Amino acid sequence: MLGQPALLISDYLIWSICLIGGISLAIGLRNPLQRQRWRMILSTPSAMASAIILLTYLAIALLDSVHFRPLLPQDEATTNGSIEANSEQPNSTVTYAASEISLLDLLLSNIRKAEERSYSAPLAIYAFSKESLVTAAGTTRAYPRLLYGGADLENPALHRSDIVNRTLTGLGLSLILVIPIFLLFRRRSRRSPTLSAGNQTPAWRTAFMTIAGLLIIGSVATQLADHYHLLGTEKVGQDVLYLGLKSIRTGVLIGALTLLIMLPLALVLGTAAGYFGGWIDDAVQYLYTTLSSIPGVLLIAAAVLSVNLYLDQNLSEVTSLHQRADLRLLLLTGILGLTGWIGLCRLLRAESLKLRELDYVTAARAFGVVDARILIRHLLPNLGHIVLITIVIDFSGLVLAEAVLSYVGVGVDPSMISWGNMINSARLELAREPLVWWSLATAFIFMFTLVLCANLFADAVRDAFDPRLRGKQ
Amino acid sequence: MTRYLLRRLLYAIPILLGVNLITFSLFFVVNTPDDMAYKHLGDKRVTVEMVDKWKKDHGYDRPLIYAADRGGFARFSDTLFAQHSLKLFLLDFGRADDGRSIGTDIRQRMGPSLAIAIPNLLVGLLVYITVSLTLTFFRGTYIDFNGVLIAVAMMSISAMFYIIAGQFLLGKLLHLAPISGYQHGIAGFRFLITPVLVGLIAGLGGSVRWYRTLFLEEIEKDYIRSARARGLGEAAVLWRHLLRNALIPILTGVVVVIPTLFMGSLITESFFSIPGLGSYTIDAIRAQDFAIVRAMVFLGSLLYIAGLMLTDLSYVMVDPRVRLE
Repeated sequence: MLGQPALLISDYLIWSICLIGGISLAIGLRNPLQRQRWRMILSTPSAMASAIILLTYLAIALLDSVHFRPLLPQDEATTNGSIEANSEQPNSTVTYAASEISLLDLLLSNIRKAEERSYSAPLAIYAFSKESLVTAAGTTRAYPRLLYGGADLENPALHRSDIVNRTLTGLGLSLILVIPIFLLFRRRSRRSPTLSAGNQTPAWRTAFMTIAGLLIIGSVATQLADHYHLLGTEKVGQDVLYLGLKSIRTGVLIGALTLLIMLPLALVLGTAAGYFGGWIDDAVQYLYTTLSSIPGVLLIAAAVLSVNLYLDQNLSEVTSLHQRADLRLLLLTGILGLTGWIGLCRLLRAESLKLRELDYVTAARAFGVVDARILIRHLLPNLGHIVLITIVIDFSGLVLAEAVLSYVGVGVDPSMISWGNMINSARLELAREPLVWWSLATAFIFMFTLVLCANLFADAVRDAFDPRLRGKQ
Repeated sequence: MTRYLLRRLLYAIPILLGVNLITFSLFFVVNTPDDMAYKHLGDKRVTVEMVDKWKKDHGYDRPLIYAADRGGFARFSDTLFAQHSLKLFLLDFGRADDGRSIGTDIRQRMGPSLAIAIPNLLVGLLVYITVSLTLTFFRGTYIDFNGVLIAVAMMSISAMFYIIAGQFLLGKLLHLAPISGYQHGIAGFRFLITPVLVGLIAGLGGSVRWYRTLFLEEIEKDYIRSARARGLGEAAVLWRHLLRNALIPILTGVVVVIPTLFMGSLITESFFSIPGLGSYTIDAIRAQDFAIVRAMVFLGSLLYIAGLMLTDLSYVMVDPRVRLE
């Protein structure tokens, strides 16, 4: 037992979203037509690579979504502020830390705990700025050695060769995994018939190369991060790689939770407006015209401001910093969802308007099937592709929106690690002399990879599921 | 057509009323004026008298929507809703928390916002159309394929990175333009270079990809084939025949945003410290000045609705098949 489980609300939500997504995918795949479409998506090399990278991001986010309070060693427990939990055996009290950490934190505890005093460059062993050092000869101004970065390297002259050694070790270790996977993929691609289904074979080559690339990067990074700050440290000395990895959860969560909230709204209102028409249609149209006439950022800002003020006044007793940040994140996604359903609702309304005139709906009505059943059995399955396409397209926009909203000051909690907050605190660093570029570069790479993969995957999904565009390219 | 426009104008009223109700409930019902007073006066050692005085100074010492102690029409007019929300319809924006008139501020700050937004729109339109027509010309080749890939990659970069990179490259490394700032008049031209250029590049990916699909939709139509059959060169086909037809969706997309140009861009103006309406809004959000945020929300919706009506008009002008009834 590592500690006492302390899952946040958003943890439950992100796991249940994965569950819902997995189940609906499994149901969808029972349909041969859908199976063929997914096969088509995976036969596009860019979509295959994106899917693998997206799954990696998701895995990291999920690892980061299992929070618990770690067990404290007996001697530490008395000094730290801690919660007494077990009162059954008074002799051996078990104590847990007051703040919760996640499984990812546990995996990264090396670089999580390795804090420097301030900036340090990637892979450096000396700090970024000079300090007064007291030596036997007196006080000198010099660059001090880092507390963590290359701390066990006794001879600084060996710095370069040490890095090379570790990189090579990482490469070598990764080969242990890459070679079996390569053999597996080669058998796989040989077995699958290449000619019978045209270009419908999944892009195994790309899949292998992506997985191999990720494994190599991961292995080298682990080797280096074990002794150095691979991507440097930021202003208060935190490891930038750690911050980048932790931000993944925030980004994925904002995208996924917002979609979870806007989906039912858009589905219910859109299909109802399109299918029933009449005053329901008028009301829904009025609602979304009004909401969409307010500029997006302003509406979000207004809502976040007023909800935050309300929270400050009424919920000051929320226990931990984590939970408070979590609550703000949930509220933000709620507001993003309430403002973001309009586009999907419009599409669904237009499509159900079209569908309700079709013969099979008329036939169902003539047989006396009730409206609710027609909606669920006959309309909903034919709207699935619109929902899917919109979800994958909107996801990347939401990840980008987080950064802008955090800059404006209505994004996630300032204490929460996110790309927006990273950019926000690092954006003035380019004006420094010498340049501090690594925080921005890290946020850029992590964010760009996620958004680019989401965009590429969305393109493939749209090509496969939108009959209008199929066959054009 | 006049009747159509009149009907649209009338239809705008319930929408604006709805916008008003939303902002009203966000700023007065979810948060009472008492909350706002405490927020601005600080939480510690605030007496009830101080709160009342703050509310009186800012005109928040009224009932929400119905004043029972007043007689006649004042029962409805002397309320928060009438004084703070309905007055927006008369473009009376009231005063900010620091006592400045919001209306005057808005008029002063419109100029700088437009100085960025208009060149951005015009140069952008020209560049995006040229690039996407070039891609259409090379459709099906590697140039087109890689062009789309680059466009998707450019779409995937946050606008903030473009701004930071633009400031760093043009301002700090090459010293071509000042990093940020603004100056009125012709002499201020150099301050506009970086924001406009950055805005142009930031929008390139998304626009080019969209315009390209519009062009590709048109290129398979019969009139293109007959133009080619008449012996026209590919350049003439693209620029004269294809563009004019594909311009309809592009133009209408542009016309919608013309009125909202006044609002400026939040992050561009804030990063380049341009004294426009975008930075005005962002400052208000950060200072939690609800009066300004409310005014900007209303103004934004008003301009957006105006944009929609302009779009309808522009449809009639560019496409003779469309008639407004």
